[in-house]
Amino acid sequence: MSEALNTIEEFVSSDYKYGFVSNIESDTLPPGLDEDVVRQISLRKQEPEWLLEWRLKAFRHWQKMTEPHWPQVHYPPVDFQAISYYAAPKKKPKLNSLDEVDPELRETFDKLGISLDEQKRLAGVAVDAVMDSVSVATTFRKDLEKHGIIFSSFSEAVREHPDLVRKHLGAVVPYTDNFYAALNSAVFSDGSFCYIPKGVRCPMELSTYFRINAANTGQFERTLIVAEEGSYVSYLEGCTAPMRDENQLHAAVVELLAMDRAEIKYSTVQNWYPGDKEGRGGIYNFVTKRGLCKGRDSKISWTQVETGSAITWKYPSCVLLGENSVGEFYSVALTNNRQQADTGTKMVHLGANTRSTIVSKGISAGRAQNSYRGLVKVNPGATNARNFSQCDSLLIGDQCGAHTFPYIECGNPTARIEHEATTSKIGEDQIFYCNQRGIETQDAVNMIVNGFCKEVFKELPMEFAVEAQKLLGVSLEGSVG
Amino acid sequence: MSDPILDIRDLRAGVEGRDILQGISLTIQPGEVHAIMGPNGSGKSTLASVLAGRDGYEVRGGSVNFLGQDLLELAPEERARDGLFLAFQYPVEIPGVNSTYFLKAALNEQRKHRGLTPVDAMEFLTLVRDKIKLLELNEDLLKRPVNAGFSGGEKKRNEIFQMAVLEPRLAVLDETDSGLDIDALRVVANGVNRLKSADNAQLVITHYQRLLDYIVPDFVHVLMNGRIVRSGGKELALELEERGYDWIARETQAATQS
Repeated sequence: MSEALNTIEEFVSSDYKYGFVSNIESDTLPPGLDEDVVRQISLRKQEPEWLLEWRLKAFRHWQKMTEPHWPQVHYPPVDFQAISYYAAPKKKPKLNSLDEVDPELRETFDKLGISLDEQKRLAGVAVDAVMDSVSVATTFRKDLEKHGIIFSSFSEAVREHPDLVRKHLGAVVPYTDNFYAALNSAVFSDGSFCYIPKGVRCPMELSTYFRINAANTGQFERTLIVAEEGSYVSYLEGCTAPMRDENQLHAAVVELLAMDRAEIKYSTVQNWYPGDKEGRGGIYNFVTKRGLCKGRDSKISWTQVETGSAITWKYPSCVLLGENSVGEFYSVALTNNRQQADTGTKMVHLGANTRSTIVSKGISAGRAQNSYRGLVKVNPGATNARNFSQCDSLLIGDQCGAHTFPYIECGNPTARIEHEATTSKIGEDQIFYCNQRGIETQDAVNMIVNGFCKEVFKELPMEFAVEAQKLLGVSLEGSVG
Repeated sequence: MSDPILDIRDLRAGVEGRDILQGISLTIQPGEVHAIMGPNGSGKSTLASVLAGRDGYEVRGGSVNFLGQDLLELAPEERARDGLFLAFQYPVEIPGVNSTYFLKAALNEQRKHRGLTPVDAMEFLTLVRDKIKLLELNEDLLKRPVNAGFSGGEKKRNEIFQMAVLEPRLAVLDETDSGLDIDALRVVANGVNRLKSADNAQLVITHYQRLLDYIVPDFVHVLMNGRIVRSGGKELALELEERGYDWIARETQAATQS
């Protein structure tokens, strides 16, 4: 292999920056899963009877299901009995202000670069930080409350707005949906709940930061966002996890519901620990994300920047039920070393004049395997449905792989579906050209990768676009240009 | 005489185990324009690549001094920041990377290296607007990705445009004339000539004499089989045009046999 490629190899094999462990006492259930564990979780969270019943139904259903093996990823079988299904930071006092948050926890957040301080207020970001499943602090609740917006941890929402939760929980992703969604429904420990009332435009970006801390715990959070008629919300989710030798399971469910003329923009920056260079450790990220455009003229837009996890299995989808509704999916998935990703989207057109756009950018480096898998489905009733899909792959080095699995099912002759795909490689010639203009290799790679992802980054809220660019830089080379 | 910009001594280099440059010596003083001519396969582009530090070329012997430093010790980007510019024979396309962004990054790397403050977007725009006129290029080009979808002529003009912005001490033009029609050639040559000054120098590599009608060299060197077999003034180029390269080959052979 040439020197230029070697140099790229060196950059791409840099270490995970967020691999520190916090010494926060946690209250953890022993490993294993049976009905009793489900009851324990519900009990610890002081949940109402209906929710326990729902969990138990999900659990019983899950027991009858088998793990899916169709994705283009390879990993040893997961021992679901070896996982602890609940870990809550033990000190969980009622907090009146951020000053009361455990200092070490705050330090952890500082290391992650998210402060829960007033700075964020200036930046207009409300943060609901979830660490090991339990929401630690929610900021800006009061401001949001003035607009009638509910933004809280899932558990709080269950306590304070049980009717809303009960009405919508599982409406988009039923517990029968798939293996991991069923598991999540049985054991989910916390997550975020967001409700935007009719006609309200949420005045700030809502943000959640997830982080897996305790060893051997799976993180099963659940997010539910309901946007009532004519409302708008932009939501950002960021994720990191400390370095561990063993694999950790993350099986989340996200449900979005948009009523007439409502718009939900959901952005994810995912940086779970990807494992070491040889593929030891790392997060298994098996996530179900789905949005339902229930009302007419509604819109749901997913933007994701995925750089972490050992294994990613994730297809944020849109069900376009309302007439004229719009679904969008913008994705950057970067895999390095031994990471494997099988990710994409589903656009299901049910209503007339529904439109969807898919822009997927896959980047593979090291010995990683990156697959795009996407379904565009037009039902017979979806007259004049339109879809445009673009899937581009970028290869760095000569030991990685990129795969594309587009599925198209069209049941209406008036539909228009377009699919474009490209594969390219960062060439030594391109790197040398940059070098010859005084730009060093790592900056050149950055520049080319960022250029490749530009279409997706411009969909992210400004501040997070910068973050995402940096994250790609870090994931590829250990220093930021 | 002042210190030379470039001083090559007995440079031997090759690629993939093949010897190509078999001992080249060449000294370039500030203000000078040197032309290297030679038939295909004589080692012209290898010389350009070795000077710029392209990967895969192995230096087997000799030395290259650039502005008082050992050039061969420097990484390609360090050579560039010190003022060595290569106008590529085949400029590569970099999709997704905006030309303005690219060139501003290049300029600021150079400025940073020299302890200067980086130029901001506005200053840069003023600068490039000036320079782009010199090459008669459309300003739209600045908004497009680097070389992506450029015509052959645009790519070559873009190289010289970049040279105009970066103001190198030594510009190596690797067959910049190839693939250019006569009008584009004139524009490129005009640009190069305007960039000439008393303290920079140019090394023009070409197969044909044609370019040298527009860029008038102070010295012409003939490269054959990895050696400079003859050096002279600009009239040597005209002689080559008239008589081809064969007579030099014959004379060189005769000289080595006698």
